[in-house]
Formats: sequence, structure tokens, C-alpha cells
Amino acid sequence: MLTRRIIPCLDVTGGRVVKGVQFLELRDAGDPVEIAEAYDRQGADELTFLDITASSDGRDTMVDVVRRTAERVFMPLTVGGGIRVVEDIRRMLNAGADKVSINTAAVHRPEFVSEAALRFGSQCTVVAIDARQVPGEQRWEVYTHGGRKPTGIDVVEWAARMESYGAGEILLTSMDRDGTKDGYDLALTRAVVDAVSVPVIASGGVGTLEHLYDGFTVAGASACLAASIFHFRQHTVGEAKQYLQGRGVPVRMV
Amino acid sequence: MIAIIDYGMGNLRSVQKGFEKIGFEATVTTDPQMVLQAERIVLPGVGAFRDCIRNLEQGGFVEPILKVIADGRPFLGICLGLQLLFSESEEFGLHKGLGVVPGRVVRFPAGMSGQGGKLPVPHMGWNQIALKSSSPLFDGIVDASNVYFVHSYYVKPEDPAVVAATCTYGIEFCAAIRKGNLMATQFHPEKSQGIGLRMLKNFAEMKG
Repeated sequence: MLTRRIIPCLDVTGGRVVKGVQFLELRDAGDPVEIAEAYDRQGADELTFLDITASSDGRDTMVDVVRRTAERVFMPLTVGGGIRVVEDIRRMLNAGADKVSINTAAVHRPEFVSEAALRFGSQCTVVAIDARQVPGEQRWEVYTHGGRKPTGIDVVEWAARMESYGAGEILLTSMDRDGTKDGYDLALTRAVVDAVSVPVIASGGVGTLEHLYDGFTVAGASACLAASIFHFRQHTVGEAKQYLQGRGVPVRMV
Repeated sequence: MIAIIDYGMGNLRSVQKGFEKIGFEATVTTDPQMVLQAERIVLPGVGAFRDCIRNLEQGGFVEPILKVIADGRPFLGICLGLQLLFSESEEFGLHKGLGVVPGRVVRFPAGMSGQGGKLPVPHMGWNQIALKSSSPLFDGIVDASNVYFVHSYYVKPEDPAVVAATCTYGIEFCAAIRKGNLMATQFHPEKSQGIGLRMLKNFAEMKG
């Protein structure tokens, strides 16, 4: 049986892992390679690095972080933030990443996603969507530039369109919930899961282990991404998996 | 020496670092001569089947690969490196493979369901393998171990005797083959933490 994945997410800027609330108020959480090794020991199923500065200097730093991590940790690595051209993808894959996530560049030029999928395969082409609920409606809008710019695009339609362009996975972040510890936006996640046939990663808002359970069961996510609950040692990945297994969710125990 | 064939497809660094981690040197090479000289050969690969076959041909790797396999040298295919060994693939039209293992590469059927919902494709994540026949690759590996998969196509060998392990995702499919010293896995040992590194070690230490 395919197990559900727990993916710690490391937001990286200037070579350090940081965590903010709704993409602001950043707190230092440590060295990315050391943190990656700790999650490896705890039994994380994958790791995601997001370059939240995404300047050209930042990208060189990120390539170095990925390279050093891939020497020590033997599990799937995804890298996102500032991936704009095919060459960015090639550099990350050569450094040891298995997947890249494309966000703003996909909105600017959706064909970039097809180019990436044709060149490197859908399995390494993740489309990241930052979503914000339209006030008072059961509808969500796509945001870009780290959640700052509204696009007017409907999230559910966009996810389906990105699948048709070759995205092999959707990383779906609720901007409303990010860093709040109120739990995933389950209605948003369920709507996207139902609209696509590729795996969906729920992201944004985990504060308790029950939130992970809800992400898998209520929303039907293939994977749950979390940062704060793991970075600030509220729980280990192992504790999260034990809890989920106890409630009947198939997870990989190590 | 272990040669990892570099034909421009995917993450080769993890395979190389995996061997290094367990104390074996492995060389990533774009030179077909190195393949002929190596004691052990690894064919990794992600991406589209058609592009991979084309790159192998353009890189001059096809003849050397066929020769070292025919000579019985230890050979490990990973992911697309498994699929390329087959007669043909249905990915983006019908394309001929290396033809070392008779059989076809096909896509997971559309609309599969199970595990309390629909089953997304690609099959992505950790799943258990059922060991079917002895393979040096699986020395010390217990049945139902979790390994990392990421693929939308799987192999259907004509001869069931080559199936070394299977996995179930909607359907039961071939997760690994073995034919003498030729071994190949649909999953990624280099991404399967300790269990995967043990398989790389088994490959590096098996008798040639």
C-alpha cells in the first residue's frame, strides 16, 4: 500500500532556515543541512527546500545547500523558489534535487511547465500554488511573488490546467493559514484533490497532529507539508507518524 | 570500478553519493569506453523514454551496454534504467527499447481507485515490495520493505521468471527484475534511505 507522506519544509534565506507567519515575521530555525539530517533520522519521507529570497545570489546559496544535503541524506529532495528557466532546473537536479517546484514562473508563462515536464519528466515537475480565499466565497485565488500579488486566477481551474501542462504534483499552500497553526484549509485542499489526478501536497497552517490527520483523511492529500511544528520541536516526524498510524493512516515507520 | 552512465537524464549525483556513503567509489561518465572497462555498471535515469533512448544512442552507449550485459557483468538499472532494458514502451507513442528483456512498458490504467479514494498517477512515494525470487540485490532486505517510487509507467516482462519483486498500486506490477547479473529496479535505491543504501552495497559487493 502506498503510504502517505510527511514532508518537512525548510524555508531558506541567506543559507539559513527561517519560519514566518503568513510569509512575514521571520524567525531563525537553524542550519539547513543539519536540520535535513535530523529529519532524515526522524523518518521524514521527503524534504522540501523553499528559497524565500529567490535572488540570484540566493540561488547560488541554494544550489550549495542542496549539494551538501544530497551528500548526506538519501531521500527525495524538492527545491522551489525562483525557478524561472530550464537552466535553473538543470542546476538544481545536478546538485542532487529530485524535483523542482515552479510557482510564479508558471503563471507568467504556463508553457514553462510543459517544457520542464518534457525535458526532465513530469515526476520532477511540481507546480506550487499559493492560494487565498475570496472573502465570503467558497473560491480561492492564485497569488504569486511569495503570496504578495493577486492574479485573478481561480485555484481549482489553475491546478487542473497545470496538470494538463505536465505537472506531476501540486504543492498547495493556503496563504490564509500559513503560519497560523489553525490547520490546513481542508475545503481548498479537497477541491483541488478532486479536480486533478496527480498527487496533491497540503501546506499551510499545521499546528497539531490532528491537522495532519485531517489533511490526509478529510482533504484526501497524498502528502502533508509542515514546518513550525517540526522546526520548533513541538513534535518529531516519528511522533507524527505514530499518531497517524494509531488512527489508521498508512505511514512508513522507520 | 563502478561506472554510472551519464546520458543527460536526471539526478546522477545521488547515486554516486550513495555508493560513496557506503564506502565505494563510483564514477559518473559520459564515455562509452568507460562502460566497457568498468567492473560494474549503473544505468539510472528519469525523464521520458524516447528522449532517454535517443540520448543513449547519441552518446554511443547502446553497443557497450548490450556487450557488458551479454558478458554477464553486474549491471543495475534504476527507474527508467529498468524500463529502457525492455523491448518497447508506450510512452508518447510506441518506442523501441534496448530489447534485453522481452516485454513492454505500459502506463498505469486511468481512473484507478483504492485505499479509500482515487489513486493519483504518478505513483509517488514509499510503497512495500514483495520479494518474489532470490536476487543478490536483496540480501538482508526483508519482505514488505518500504522503498521510494516515482513513475507513471511500469514494466510487463513476458517471462515471469525475471520478476524479482512486485509492488501493488491499484494493480500488482513488477518492481524489480533479475536475469543473472542483470538487475534493475523501478524504485530508487538511492532515495530509499538505509534500505536503499543496503541494496547499493549488495550490488557493489556481489560476485561478478
